[in-house]
This record gives sequence, C-alpha cells and structure tokens, in this order.
Amino acid sequence: MQERLRRPLRPLARILKARAAGENTDAIERENLRLRHEDLRDKARARAEGRLLVMGLMFFCAFALIGGRMGALANSEPEEPRAAATGSPIIGQRADIVDRNGRILATNLDTYAVYAQPPQMIDPARAAHELVAIFPELEEERLLRDFTGERKFLWVRRQVSPEQMQAVHDIGEPGLLFGPREIRLYPNGSLAAHILGGATYGREGVDSAEVIGVAGVERQFEDRLRDPANEGAPLELSIDLTVQAAMEQVLHGGMMVMNAKGATAIIMDVHTGEIVAMASMPDFDPNNRPQVLTSGDQSDSPLFNRAVQGVYELGSVFKIFTIAQALELGLVNAATMVDTRGPMTWGRFRISDFRNYGATLSVTDIIVKSSNIGTARLALQIGAERQRAFLDALGFLTPTGVEMVEAPTGAPLLPRQWSEISLMTISYGHGLSASPLHLAAGYASLLNGGTRVIPTLLRRDTPQDGPRIVSEAVSAAARDMLRQVVTRGTASFAEVAGYEVGGKTGTADKPRPTGGYYDDKVISTFAGVFPANDPQYVIIVTLDEPVETSGPEPRRTAGWTAVPVAAEMIRRTAPLLGLRPTVEVADLSVVTDAAH
Amino acid sequence: MKSFLFVMSALAVMGLAFWAYQENYKTQQALREVRNLHAQIGAAHSRIGVLRAEWAYQNRPDRLRELADLNFDRLGLLPLLPEAFGTIDQVAYPLPEMLSVGNPIEVSSDNAPTDEEPL
Repeated sequence: MQERLRRPLRPLARILKARAAGENTDAIERENLRLRHEDLRDKARARAEGRLLVMGLMFFCAFALIGGRMGALANSEPEEPRAAATGSPIIGQRADIVDRNGRILATNLDTYAVYAQPPQMIDPARAAHELVAIFPELEEERLLRDFTGERKFLWVRRQVSPEQMQAVHDIGEPGLLFGPREIRLYPNGSLAAHILGGATYGREGVDSAEVIGVAGVERQFEDRLRDPANEGAPLELSIDLTVQAAMEQVLHGGMMVMNAKGATAIIMDVHTGEIVAMASMPDFDPNNRPQVLTSGDQSDSPLFNRAVQGVYELGSVFKIFTIAQALELGLVNAATMVDTRGPMTWGRFRISDFRNYGATLSVTDIIVKSSNIGTARLALQIGAERQRAFLDALGFLTPTGVEMVEAPTGAPLLPRQWSEISLMTISYGHGLSASPLHLAAGYASLLNGGTRVIPTLLRRDTPQDGPRIVSEAVSAAARDMLRQVVTRGTASFAEVAGYEVGGKTGTADKPRPTGGYYDDKVISTFAGVFPANDPQYVIIVTLDEPVETSGPEPRRTAGWTAVPVAAEMIRRTAPLLGLRPTVEVADLSVVTDAAH
Repeated sequence: MKSFLFVMSALAVMGLAFWAYQENYKTQQALREVRNLHAQIGAAHSRIGVLRAEWAYQNRPDRLRELADLNFDRLGLLPLLPEAFGTIDQVAYPLPEMLSVGNPIEVSSDNAPTDEEPL
C-alpha cells in the first residue's frame, strides 16, 4: 500500500539534505515530476491497449456472427417463411380438367416410383427374380445385368399401385427404394381422349417429377394448368361428359355397323361456339397413350384426331354455302328456277349429277336433290373472288381457332389457283379440303342467324356475336332448305320425331395418293342443325370408307351411312342437352303406368 | 431519485426480457401448430384428391352403362330418349283412396214398406 501512496514532489528529507549540501532543490522537484508523468503515461497506455483489445474482440465477434449467418443461409435449403400463412398453401402440381358441369376429366393421383441403387443391394439375383414376379413386363436378365453392373442408380418402374408397392417392400431388398410421384389420371378412360391428349413426365428427380401435357388441351393449356396463381382452380371445358359418352357409344356402334375405317362426330352450340362433344374413332386411352407411328400414314394411328386434323373433301354439304351466298347477294331467291341440264361441260371438265333431275330445278330443290350442276351454275354467277371471300369469312381458308395444340395442323387444303373450275367444284364441296370442325363452325355461323362463330373448347355462357356473314332472312331460308332435305330429300333417315332436324348429306370419293379418285372409297358426311326453327346445335357426322351391306348392292352414299348414325345420335343426345321434343305425344298408358 | 430511476429501468428491462422470452416460445409453439396443420391439410387434400378421382372412376359412363344393363331387371333404366318427355296433362291424377269398408250390411229394398211416395 505504501508504494501506491502519492510520492511528494519535494520530499523533506532530500530537500534538507540538498540544502545542507548547497544544491538546487528545484532539480529534485523536476525529477519527481518527470517520474510522476511517466507513470501516468504508462497507465494510460495500458488502459487504451486494453480498450482496443476489447473493441477488436467485439468487431471480430460481430463479423464472425454475420459471416456465420451468411454461410448458414447459403448452405441451408430454401424454405417458405412459415409465419406468413396464405389462404391455400397446398395445391396440386397440376390443375384438374373438368367438363361443363364440373365432372372430372383429368386429375392427379399420388403414387410411387420404384428405383434401385445397386451398390446397396444384398442379393441382386433374388431381387431381380422377385421383381419380375411382380411386374411381368420386366426382363429378369436385363435387371440382373443392371443390378450387378457399373450403375449406381436406375429406375425400375415409373408408377406402381399400392399393392405392387407393398409387394416390392416385402422383397426386403434395401437397394430397392421408392420415390413419390404424381400421375395424371383420366378416370373416364378413352372418353374424349383426343380432346384431352395425355400427359407424361418431364424433368424427373427422386423426390418428384414434372408432369407435362403431350397433346390436346393438356398441352395447349400447359401454362394455365401449372400456374400456381390459379391456386389449383380446375380448367372448365365446354364438353358435356354425358353427351360425349352417348355420342361416342353411338358413333362407335355406327362405325361398326357401317363397316367404316374411321369416324368422327361433333356437336356444337350454334350461338356460343362451344364444342359440347367431339369424338374421333378409333380412339385410345390417354392413361396409356400409344406411341406415335414412326412409319406409314399418321391418319391410321388412333392418335389422329379426324375431327380437327383430318382434312377431307367433304362433298355436297358445301352446297348450302353456295346457295346461301347466292341468296345473300340477291342473285336468286328460294323459288328461282335454275338450269340443271347435264352433263355440264366446262373445257375438258364434265359435271354431272347422281341422277338426271330434268331441265330445271328451283334453288330449294337444288339443295333437296343435291344437284351438282345447279350449284355449279349458281357458283358461276357468284364468281371466284366473291366465293373465296365468303368462304374466308366462314373460316374455311385458315386453321380453326380451337384451343388444341393440333389445331394448326388441320389447315385446309386450297386450290393453288382459284380458277373457274375450282369455283365450280368447290361450290359442291370438291377441290377444297377442310376438317369436320371447319364444317361445324361454318354451319353454325350460317345457321345461327348469320354471325361468325369460332369453335371453342372452353366453357362460356354468352353468345359470340361475331361479325355478320349473312342476313337473318338468308339464315332462316337456309335452315328451311336443310329442313326440306330431311323431310323430302336425301337425308330422310335423319328425321327424329320432335326435333325438327335439318341437314345436308355429302358423299365424296376419296382421292388416291397417286392422283385421281377411288371408285369404292368414300367419305360420307352428314351436317345438320336441330331444331331447325330455333337452332341450338349443329351436328357433324363423318364416316371414313363406310359401306352399308343390308341391301342387294353395297351402298356408300351418306344418306344410307352417315345419316342413320346422325339420327340415332340426335335421338340420344338431344334429350341430354335439355331439348324437349315438340308435338311429341307419347302413349298415355305408358306415362300413367310409370307414374304409379 | 436517480437511483430509483436506475432500479426501475433495470426492473423494466428484466420484465421485458421475461415477456420477450415467453412470446418467443409462444410463437414457436404457434409455428409448430401451423406446420402441423399444414401437414394435415396437405394430407386431407391428397385424400380428397384420391376420393374425387375414385368417385369419377366409379361413375365413369362405361361402368354406369354396364351396371344399368346388369341390373335392368331390378331398375329398368334406359337411356334418356325423346319418348321420356311428356306434358303435364298426360299424367293422370292419382285416384282418391277408397275408404275402407267395415261391417258390410246387405241392403235390399224388396220387402220394404211402401207407405212413402217414391219421388
């Protein structure tokens, strides 16, 4: 403690001694003062050094903390902030597709994929043997080769059912593992297969796989179906599942009875352009989509959608467009008599009718009897330029705008030069190939009162109100003529009591790939509208190479093939579409019996 | 006075620290619950998805058609055809229920007295 006491600047003992010696006492004071200052300086330095050390440590800790945190953030898996809970945090990978009444057409199902890690395998031979017992389509030799070879990882099977998964589990092989998968399920099987298309896996990982559409609306609405912003809201199509099912059943039956190679049918709302049902036969199961043909004609594949992709010369069903245009231009009226003496020659070209219909026919009878000559004469009055413009307005020169990825492939085949011969042949449906969907849109546009309709597969509730193509009066006259085709013309089998069907038949010889036409292969088409007085729906039925053999001679005309199929289709689907038959009085006793 | 403020602020700091500690644990608990619920919602969603898929599969038109055919004897279901429509006047009113007749009495007027003048 004595050391700590402040040392006096002038200690008395030394002063006295110095005075006695006669020295200057100030030197002693200065000496002491110097010592005291040095002391103070040393202390201050020590304290400052200590503070610097502490501050350095703090900075080190702070930087270490920040650096550590950054490292941790960079290394950790990104994770959603859990505190910010949103409305529906869990949504399926891909939205459902439903029909117009909300019935499921496509949905997702959780399942598992089996993969193998050969380095972890204990008994590869047994595993391969047992796997083949569960999945007979696998090859044991190949599995064994993969399991014992260089590979570190391989997929055994993309999808397994819960039972199969349990069976694989029971093998007890630690090298066989499961990865969760979502599969696209089409619960209705082949129903509306061409519209839906199908789905497959895109990028694949162990824990998940991307489901991507390969065709049809699945592909067309890829972004819409996968957009998380929609929160899994289903895609509503215009298809009616019940109508589609009834139509496919009738179409398939009709195709069998008429010995046709293929068939297609479309039912479309004339005002909204919604495709209520559309089918193409033969079809396929989108759950198990067949391979694309690598050789031969793609139109023979079940994947080929005849309604959208198949462009055919559709024949006499086109006549109504020529007649309607002639009426619209004021060239004729429904009762005008037209020269139908045949055969009509134009240069090297001859046009003749199925039968000789006499010297003249009224415009209505040209449609009713389906006279090529009469139609060609009207077309000559119209002229190529105006015909082309009219067909363009109806959408026959461009692919249909339907929301399918295949739509652009259904581009119509047009004559290279719209000559007078083309003008005349196109007037009765030859020389221009279009898809049945084009025809449906054309009939809807012409018969709904005369405004353009673009076919759509999405549900909508309002009419399209497109640009006007023909006047209301011409539209009504065209409907009246089509009705007469059914009541007294070539489509008499299309009469369905209570539904006032109007329509036109078309039988076109199929072109040979080598040029010219086949004699015994036709495309027969019925294009109709019902009810004719207040049009609601158009129906198109096209059969590819049909032949009806109940008579003594095989019959191929549409009146004997496509028309009965269409009539049965209307009979089955019109009630499902909510149309009441008019003036149809059932047997009273049946109704009372049913009521009891 | 100064020391009083000193003590009070020290107490306040301790109180706040205690509160923050509690809130921290409550928040963590709530987050755990949310995570749990999300997991449950996810499981429920996938269950609903499976059930909806199964419903659609069981109600596919092919199967219903086959079932209607198989059970035609019992149910008599036919496709909806135009003949199924009728007007309301085609449906007969249900006949009024007959009153039950108890103790029937034979009535005969053969030997009845005829003092009354018949109408």
